[in-house]
Amino acid sequence: MSFDSFAEFLAMGGHGLYVWLAYAATIVVVLANVLSLRLARKRFLREALAVVRRKETAQAAATEANS
Amino acid sequence: MGIKELWHRLGSPRWFFEMSRRWPWIFGGLALLLLLSGTLWGLAFAPADYQQGNSFRIMYIHVPTSLVAQSAYIVMGVAGFMLLVWRMKLADMVLSAIVPFGMSMTALSLFTGAVWGRPTWGAWWVWDARTTSMLVLLFLYFGVYALRQAIPRQATAGRACAVLALVGTINIPIIKYSVDWWLTLHQPASFTLTEAPSMPMVMWMPLLVNVLGVYCLFGANLLGRLRLEILKRERSTQWVRDVVLSGRT
Repeated sequence: MSFDSFAEFLAMGGHGLYVWLAYAATIVVVLANVLSLRLARKRFLREALAVVRRKETAQAAATEANS
Repeated sequence: MGIKELWHRLGSPRWFFEMSRRWPWIFGGLALLLLLSGTLWGLAFAPADYQQGNSFRIMYIHVPTSLVAQSAYIVMGVAGFMLLVWRMKLADMVLSAIVPFGMSMTALSLFTGAVWGRPTWGAWWVWDARTTSMLVLLFLYFGVYALRQAIPRQATAGRACAVLALVGTINIPIIKYSVDWWLTLHQPASFTLTEAPSMPMVMWMPLLVNVLGVYCLFGANLLGRLRLEILKRERSTQWVRDVVLSGRT
């Protein structure tokens, strides 16, 4: 351990603001990359599923009308 | 499987989608493990720098993000080349799947650089060769992104992006050698393949771990986005319909 106490660790020898700002930004950017992909995948699946279902309903309606 | 067969199969997005099902999870897990340990090691256990004190700990994220931002651009350039020469569908998908990650890593590199520059150089920003060429990289990513949005026809958009990606790779050696060619405030490379590091091992080991971690993150993100892009572009085919119905992506 390079620091004697947790307070010293947070202070980073007076450079705490810069160090923590840089690390906070990194966490935000990494999470944004991970979460935006997850959301995009979910949105695609939901929309594609709706399209498939709509087609199925239309097909079923068409067969019913024919019979 | 021979090289030639692999080459032909890469032309089939479906084949790639099915075989890469687990890859994002493997790379993602490795990234989490490496980045957590490298960051904790660098933040709490590595000794403070004798000149810069503790602000040097920003290096453990600044260097990996800068490296991966450039590597991502190189991959984009290679994909552009493959698209232009062989009209490979998958290459076009790589070209668009890579942009969000590359762009955000370049922005992060510039931001962490600014935050490191303030206590070290006394300025958030200086117009020196390294910082300026890195800013150009960000604009190149913006350009590829904007081009894709601006051209409605997919094939035309892909080719335009490929040309820009390919031409833009000229900036990569400029970034790399900027600290040697010009007089810069930016320090030279912390790591080279040919020489022993000038730092003690306790200082460079966490950096190496984080560099590997961020490359795994790149792999996970690229593969995840690529797989989604494949589904989007092949949405009208029966096999994508089956995937959507099974809910297993």
